[in-house]
Amino acid sequence: MSALLSVERLDAFYGSFQALFGIDFSLHTGESVAVIGANGAGKSTFLKSLAGLVKNRRDAIRFLDQDVGDRGAPEMLRMGLALVPEGRRLFPSLSVEENLLVGAYSGLRPQPWNLQKIYELFPVLRERRSSPSTVLSGGQQQMVAIGRALMSNPKVLLCDELSLGLAPIVIEDIYRALPRVKASGTSVVIVEQDIARAMRSVDRFYCLQEGRVTLAGEPGTVDQGDIRRAYFGT
Amino acid sequence: MVWLDTLVQGILLGGVYALFALGLSLIFGVMRLVNLAHGDLIVLAAFIVFVVMTSFGVSLAAAAVLTIALMFAIGFLLQRLVLERVLGDDIMPPLLVTFGLSVVIQNGLLLGFGADSRRLQAGAFETLSVDILPGLSIGVAPLSALMIAVGVIVLLQIVFYRTSLGRAFRATSDDPQIAQLMGIDQRNVYAIAVGISLAVSVIAAVAFGMRANFDPSIGPARLLYAFEAVIIGGLGSLWGTLIGGMVLGVAQTVGARIDPEWQILAGHLAFLVMLFIRPRGLFPARQP
Amino acid sequence: MKHTMMSGKASSAPAWRQETGTAASRWFAVAAAVLIAALVVLPAYASRSLIQDLIFVLTMLTLAQLWNVIAGWGGLISVGQQAFVGLGGYALFGATVLAGVDPLLAVPLAGVFAAIAAALVGPLLFRLEGPYFAIGSWVIAEVFRLLCAQFKPLGGGTGVSLPKSALMDMAGLQWVQSLLSLRPAAARDVVVYWLALFVAVLVTACIYLFVRSRYGLALVASRDANGAARSVGVRTERIRYALWIIVGFATGVVGAIAYLQKARISPDAAFSVVDWTAYVLFIVIIGGVRTMEGPIVGVLVFWALLYYLAQFGSLYLLTLGVLAIGMMLFAPKGIWGSAAARFGWQAFPVTRRLFRK
Repeated sequence: MSALLSVERLDAFYGSFQALFGIDFSLHTGESVAVIGANGAGKSTFLKSLAGLVKNRRDAIRFLDQDVGDRGAPEMLRMGLALVPEGRRLFPSLSVEENLLVGAYSGLRPQPWNLQKIYELFPVLRERRSSPSTVLSGGQQQMVAIGRALMSNPKVLLCDELSLGLAPIVIEDIYRALPRVKASGTSVVIVEQDIARAMRSVDRFYCLQEGRVTLAGEPGTVDQGDIRRAYFGT
Repeated sequence: MVWLDTLVQGILLGGVYALFALGLSLIFGVMRLVNLAHGDLIVLAAFIVFVVMTSFGVSLAAAAVLTIALMFAIGFLLQRLVLERVLGDDIMPPLLVTFGLSVVIQNGLLLGFGADSRRLQAGAFETLSVDILPGLSIGVAPLSALMIAVGVIVLLQIVFYRTSLGRAFRATSDDPQIAQLMGIDQRNVYAIAVGISLAVSVIAAVAFGMRANFDPSIGPARLLYAFEAVIIGGLGSLWGTLIGGMVLGVAQTVGARIDPEWQILAGHLAFLVMLFIRPRGLFPARQP
Repeated sequence: MKHTMMSGKASSAPAWRQETGTAASRWFAVAAAVLIAALVVLPAYASRSLIQDLIFVLTMLTLAQLWNVIAGWGGLISVGQQAFVGLGGYALFGATVLAGVDPLLAVPLAGVFAAIAAALVGPLLFRLEGPYFAIGSWVIAEVFRLLCAQFKPLGGGTGVSLPKSALMDMAGLQWVQSLLSLRPAAARDVVVYWLALFVAVLVTACIYLFVRSRYGLALVASRDANGAARSVGVRTERIRYALWIIVGFATGVVGAIAYLQKARISPDAAFSVVDWTAYVLFIVIIGGVRTMEGPIVGVLVFWALLYYLAQFGSLYLLTLGVLAIGMMLFAPKGIWGSAAARFGWQAFPVTRRLFRK
């Protein structure tokens, strides 16, 4: 079975600065995959490239059997690829509920995720539905960000640093939602600095170091030493 | 009683100024673009209504509706074809392009229509008035301009706060990059915003053109009044813009009452005083 | 010109060398000196109408350079500089007509008057951000126009002419008359021409020095990354305010010169947004914003277009507007800017290049 999302020799540049060097990557339907690495390794750049925020060679990224490397974010979203951005990036002028609703702007696929289902997934948001998104705690904002992305019913959900700045209990709460997301038919890519957390939640992982893939495999099959070397680079 | 009449006339004038200002306020709110050709686009709208009325012999209302549709399309295309290319972090290109546009529209109208002033004929409607107090009568036309201004604000508020499009406007205004992640194509959102702005400008043009003469050169003054109404009222608040327009209108009518030559200057001075004592305006809604 | 900077500690850290001049720019300096000399002696050979044209070109060039520095470097995009042109003109007429000051002496005084106005309105205008500052500056210009239109001693709305007696007795006039065997009116044009030339050269030189100085660098830094600039102690507000006042002074001087030549002033003309802002913007856009050479190229193109098209009135302005929009859309760097980017030209060396020693 061919991959849902595959990446071949992906380079990414910010102006003349090269952030990614020849990344190969694949995601199959129903999988959850982690991308781990230290600060500055290129993880966020990678997700932004997938999501269409950073333009690329057309054939570098393949999604749903189409070459999409040069497509923009609105198109990628319509095709079914949604990004939960680093730092939440909720819309300050919008309430919690409005943030969720704007996620469904493209109005393409009403199933299975809708407002009610999101509130079932994250019940605390129902109480806060009319609050401005800015007064919520970090963890609650992360829930809104995830819900907002889910509202477009994507086939692929990219999550950038879900745990950043959050307390461990809150992180647990959030990661508890992931299996339900997978169960609804969405494949997931998570980017994490917290290696242990990531490894517990995924089927496969890639490790990035200074813009290159240094290790890839299944969490159970590699030892700590390999990971450490791949993470930091010897 | 004379001063009460002055006050009332000023408030009614404020309705017209608010209509001038709403389109400007809308574009700045959504796109952070200040359109220096805004006043000239209002004048252009007035001329289009005039041409439609005189060429096809239709009523003012019908001409207005047609012009609204036309100006919406013009606004949409203006954004997609011209403004889109210059929007960005640098504020200079959009300012220069819209300034150039202002010059182009003014001189295009001069070439097409000459410098003579025109008026939009609304028949008896223009001179109707009602007596609300003994000795105090209000023109129906100016009163309806104010009511239309209120109506447009209500409509815009509904669009902004109760529709999917409005959420897209506010999200794009907050964070254009993340709005893209929601599937919102910034280019279309901006184009719709400019289109709506121009459509509102048609309403402003009709309200104005019914009660005063217009000619190709009066555009810049409309821009300045629109701007002053927005700043006095406070950025980011449509109701504030209405109040700002009224403050400006009253300042002008009071100034005119003292000496007719002082009308415009009085308005500018009121604006400068407000800028001095309360730079953020009366009801600022936008966080800095 | 070379500067040596040592970074960090003495021996092991690499040293940097800074260079701004190029061979081409040194040739340009020579050529410019020759050109200026030629312009100085020109009145001995040129027709009166050429001299009058050149007064116009030199004043427009000066205004373009000034707008370029205040908007391009200072980040203060003003569409209201006509305020200071008009104030300079009115100050000249006020000093001459009402106080009997010699017209030539009144020129710098007019500059001071405009500078004071700039100092007063500056803090008010600076409360407005970016594009709103632009419209605010236009409002200020309108306020001054309306105030001058109310000022009856100088003719109110219809304006006033300079009295012949004041013109005849103008300083330096007799000397020019005898030097070049000219009648008074023509001699006055020559005096004004030399004044305009002097101001144009002085302003260009001052702007060049400013842009190369650390103050110019500070402004560019704050324009590009304000937070970072502030964090290393760059006090941009003060520099910007000072620049605003000085540009106000120079703009007032240009206004005084222009209206000394015209010898007649009215509020609508002196504060005309078309004559003193639209044309200036056009020159800067065509030539290239944020370059020193741009206004020079732009004013030459403008002069040529004016020569051929001015007779067409509105069509001429329409063409200018369309050209300006077209340039901003398709060649935003302007004629000089695009050529410089392509060929690496630099007549006024302002870019600092860093070399390792």
